[in-house]
Amino acid sequence: MPEISDADLKALYRTMVMTRVFDQRMITLQRQGRLGFYLGSLGEEAASVGSAFALWAEDWIFPCYREQGAYLWRGVTVQEMAHQCYGNGLDYTKGRQMPVHYSFRHKNIVSISSPLTVQLPQAVGAAWAAKLRKDPIITLTYLGEGASSQGDFHVGLNFAGVYKTPTVFFLRNNGWAISTPREVQTASENFAMKANAYGFEGVLVDGNDLLAVIVATKRAADKARSGGGPTLIEAVTYRVGGHSTSDDPSVYRKDEEVKAWEAKDPIARFQRFLAKKGLWTPEWELEIQEACKAEVLAAAEAAEKAPAPAPETIFDDVFSDIPRFLQEQRAELMDSLQQSKEAR
Amino acid sequence: MPTMNIIQAVNDALRIQMAQDDRVVILGEDVGKFGGVFRATSGLQEQFGADRVVDCPLSEAGIMGTAIGMALYGLRPVPEMQFADFIYPAFDQIVNELAKYRYRSGGQYPCPVVVRTPYGGGIKGGHYHSQSNEAYWVQTPGLKVVIPSNPYDAKGLLLAAMRQDDPVIFMEPKRMYRAAKGDVPEGDYTLEIGKAKVVKEGKDITVLAYGSMVHTAMEALAKAEAEGIDAELIDLRSLVPLDIDTIIASVEKTGRVVIVQEAPKSAGFAAELIALINEHALLSLEAPIVRVTGWDTPFPYTLDLEYLPSADRVLQGMRKTLNF
Ligand SMILES: Cc1ncc(C[n+]2csc(CCOP(=O)(O)OP(=O)(O)O)c2C)c(N)n1
Repeated sequence: MPEISDADLKALYRTMVMTRVFDQRMITLQRQGRLGFYLGSLGEEAASVGSAFALWAEDWIFPCYREQGAYLWRGVTVQEMAHQCYGNGLDYTKGRQMPVHYSFRHKNIVSISSPLTVQLPQAVGAAWAAKLRKDPIITLTYLGEGASSQGDFHVGLNFAGVYKTPTVFFLRNNGWAISTPREVQTASENFAMKANAYGFEGVLVDGNDLLAVIVATKRAADKARSGGGPTLIEAVTYRVGGHSTSDDPSVYRKDEEVKAWEAKDPIARFQRFLAKKGLWTPEWELEIQEACKAEVLAAAEAAEKAPAPAPETIFDDVFSDIPRFLQEQRAELMDSLQQSKEAR
Repeated sequence: MPTMNIIQAVNDALRIQMAQDDRVVILGEDVGKFGGVFRATSGLQEQFGADRVVDCPLSEAGIMGTAIGMALYGLRPVPEMQFADFIYPAFDQIVNELAKYRYRSGGQYPCPVVVRTPYGGGIKGGHYHSQSNEAYWVQTPGLKVVIPSNPYDAKGLLLAAMRQDDPVIFMEPKRMYRAAKGDVPEGDYTLEIGKAKVVKEGKDITVLAYGSMVHTAMEALAKAEAEGIDAELIDLRSLVPLDIDTIIASVEKTGRVVIVQEAPKSAGFAAELIALINEHALLSLEAPIVRVTGWDTPFPYTLDLEYLPSADRVLQGMRKTLNF
């Protein structure tokens, strides 16, 4: 049992609850046609919250796209997340990326890319840079088990091993890559053991056990920080919901499988633990559930009301300045929109 | 004649060819039981088995590389790249290997792989589910580049692609997957790869388009007609090989050209078309050729409609050309 204060234990629980409430609300909004798309992390809250808890705030996170729990633990607000999901003018990514593709520089969380696994060599590079600069920073990067089939997985692990970079690879094995079961991704017994081939340690952990995730990640982070090099953590968990709101999992997987995993729900499990310690009561549950729901609801409403980014912003941030050819294209767009408006 | 959308037409073409030729193998992510994220391979694994419709590990490089190996050995793989935006891990395999095998082996090793991929924006996909990357393939000698705009063409062109000996990048306009419906003959037929189609004849101006932009151009033509402009619309259907004769004949008739492409402007296929028209028909031109394109920025999520060439922008381009 790691040493965690009662206050932190309760905060961890609340963050998992908030993660779920946020996911559920966003999925509902998508179903109502108010949000374009969403990717939930239902059932994987312990993996994301627990791993982030084990880091320092200065450590960098290179996320995949089911890490909302990690952002919340870092202190990203649901309002900041909701603005991104709505792609409005208050979104830090200026409405350019699909929902869930966050970027929170103030929290040392880099920008998410849809192409899978690209973040692994990048996380190694950032860790390497920190090492060269003698900063006590480590990087943690997330991926799904499907993403481990990409070349970048092997490239990233290989570089990390060779240069002994302070990197933690956190692989969420949630059983499925869209419709493809874990068996199609590897003939290895597990994913953790792949680290051996690259000369460092792989750790297998129950991803639905918050405390186990914390212990494994903390060990890997401490090791990285003290010059011990990288670790690959495989957190075995389950994707309870669909892959995304565009997915229909009933086509490829059985209900019984989902039911069996629901019984291992990481939030319920941690709740039982807290209850035994006298840290959880039904009244408190009600209180945090209501507080989380109210906060998420208000955030979604504010995000929905915020104006869209202005059309001319399409041309911002392609470069650090706006070269002449883009200025011309910007003028062309504005002129065209004006002409259309006048014609109407 | 049954009515189909593009997804159904692609599915139909794959089914016909798989039944006829047991060398045809489909490889990809989620193509099996799930039938592909757009359902283009729906039901095929059921009919032909998991050895011929193969769910692969999540690796475009792996899918492409093994497809090339299979083709060298005599199979006819039809890999699906889930989105054109995710092809890049396989870029080396496509550009340096697939495209050059025949040439660098002195013709000993043809490489008949048909790479199917949904491309283009307008589905709220942000920059990783919206790219139109045809120019990369056109810039790579050895690849044929086919882009259908409607179900009839999709079926005929895909069947033709699977029956010839060269690698083909077959780009499917995902925005039109379900929106473009039309009559499609039930049985077997092919369309010649490298033959453009005059969608509508006209005498005032030539509009060149391909893929989803054919539909945008049709909308623009309808608006133009109301203004008394009689435009000719050509659907290129294939960028490599390109039906230059049909284009030049049209330019010689109208003297004015607007080219519509969804991809960014710089070094896009439209630029190539302008160069070719200059080479073949400069003296027929009455005005500079106008390009209506996506902008030279990554494809945005919220402002996707401002990014995409709209019918209004095409019409404005036509007016500009006519008023020169
Ligand atoms: C290079 C690349 N190919 C394909 C995709 C499409 N895609 C998005 S998520 C996904 C499955 C990912 O599975 P996994 O890595 O196991 O993570 P999970 O979604 O289960 O968390 C696929 C195929 C992509 N994003 N990037």
